[in-house]
Amino acid sequence: MIYNEEYETMPRQALEALQLKRLQKQIARVYATVPYYAGKMDEAGVTPADIKTLADIQKLPFTTKEDLRKNYPFGLFTVPMEEVVRIHASSGTTGQPTVVGYTKKDIKMWAELMARSLNAAGAHAKDTIHNAYGYGLFTGGLGAHYGAEELGATVVPISGGNSKRQIMLMKDFKSTVLLCTPSYALNLAETMVDMGVDPKDLALKVGVFGAEPWSENMREEIQAKLGIKAIDIYGLSEIIGPGVAVECIEEQKGLHIMEDHFLAEIVDPDTFAPLALGEKGELVFTTLTKEAFPVIRYRTKDFSRIITTPCSCGRSFYKMEKVTGRSDDMMIIRGVNVFPSQIEHVLMSIEGVEPHYLIIVDRKGNLDTLEVQVEVSEAIFSDEIKQLENLTKRIQTEIKDLLGVSCKATLVEPKTIQRSEGKAQRVIDKRKI
Amino acid sequence: MKVEQIAIFLENKSGRMAEITATLAQNGINIRAMSLADTADFGILRLIVNDTDKARKVLKDSGFTVGTTQVLVAEVSDKPGGLAHVLQIIKEGNLNIEYMYAFTQKSGGTGLIIFRFDELDRAIELLAKEHIRLLSGDEVYAI
Repeated sequence: MIYNEEYETMPRQALEALQLKRLQKQIARVYATVPYYAGKMDEAGVTPADIKTLADIQKLPFTTKEDLRKNYPFGLFTVPMEEVVRIHASSGTTGQPTVVGYTKKDIKMWAELMARSLNAAGAHAKDTIHNAYGYGLFTGGLGAHYGAEELGATVVPISGGNSKRQIMLMKDFKSTVLLCTPSYALNLAETMVDMGVDPKDLALKVGVFGAEPWSENMREEIQAKLGIKAIDIYGLSEIIGPGVAVECIEEQKGLHIMEDHFLAEIVDPDTFAPLALGEKGELVFTTLTKEAFPVIRYRTKDFSRIITTPCSCGRSFYKMEKVTGRSDDMMIIRGVNVFPSQIEHVLMSIEGVEPHYLIIVDRKGNLDTLEVQVEVSEAIFSDEIKQLENLTKRIQTEIKDLLGVSCKATLVEPKTIQRSEGKAQRVIDKRKI
Repeated sequence: MKVEQIAIFLENKSGRMAEITATLAQNGINIRAMSLADTADFGILRLIVNDTDKARKVLKDSGFTVGTTQVLVAEVSDKPGGLAHVLQIIKEGNLNIEYMYAFTQKSGGTGLIIFRFDELDRAIELLAKEHIRLLSGDEVYAI
């Protein structure tokens, strides 16, 4: 299902011409209205007139979270506050919050992108959408909400938390679409088991999950446990929120980037040199149409690559590979780069291992240590010590084989690892504490 | 001849044993035999109780991982050489014992040995042939 056929299936040549036109207009406007961006461009010796092709974007300086923080709260807004109708902000757990703003037109555009995303996931006007993304300063809740309404669906604005009530309402309202983080989807599946609710008693058919990186194995787990299709959606508040890219239900392989509104690049995460299409690196986005808070070459710290293979769904938008990690999440353990999603991938490939795990990184003497705590479910429990020791050895061996890092796998009692009601806390790095 | 045993996963944290026994006590469950296997990181508590299903349920409800296994309970004479005799039979029969533990009855001059075999049926056959008495589940639960 394609919500906006004209744009979503636009031939590449026309699409790229549209992108260039929008990019030129955007850069000129930002240069004229935001002294900070103008200053950075002057410093780099580049003017809006230098943008003659899409590749010319590489002449422009990057924007990072640090730039956003320096301009806290409204320094990068291009319009006076009376035109700003909405503010969102990051949680700010890693420092000062980053604040973003939207004009009326931005909100409308965002709603359309979310409607497109939900439609791509197979949702339509007849659906009842259970929106368990958090409402508030976080973009997830309201972003998805407006999109669901734009689509014409019935929205249940439940927000996060109180899983039992969520399940009861999904059942009673016959909700067909679930929106939340992937880790919360698993939390809901587990709570259903505890409540004696069979997922088959619910009307759910699809879930649109985002806001944290998750593995293919986790997708399989969610699909099996909830009996639904699990669709990945990508977005970040600095760009707009959810709806920057989404998987189509036809392929569930790669997320179509809303290229009429965002220009994506992949750069080398260390040198920031542009990488060729198809190479893996850090995702960088430029907003082409956003009014209140445009960003130029924003470094997302998310790792992906661009897939140019035509998709069977008919969209002409290039896809980005499912994000497997963030440079923020990346742990350097004894010199080896390790992403939590890689450990998750190993765990999920071992039958019976539950997707509840905790990674603990520490330093003993001069040596980094990696411990992976896994809950003992009935499926993997044995009354024989040797069976459980074989399991921990297997986890250790497979992690060592995949990552080249030795670790210690520890079995812990069920439900002792904290459950997520939003973004899951998977890593405790004691080296930083 | 097969006797149900429950096994509970335990992290090495203080107070966990007390929580298990308190849960069983509150639910009127009596422990018939027990053994605790431990490693540096975790332990496995194995119990034979008077009501396996109920014990399993109340422990699961309290958040423990509980498994059920079938074991054999053999009677040996409570005198020197009693256990050696049984183990000799097992050895000659080429049976592998995964683990075992023992308890004695209040009266009657016999000891009871609990065996966990992989080849359960062959073990029953072998021990019966050698006239080692195996207790039924009901006998054990009612001790």
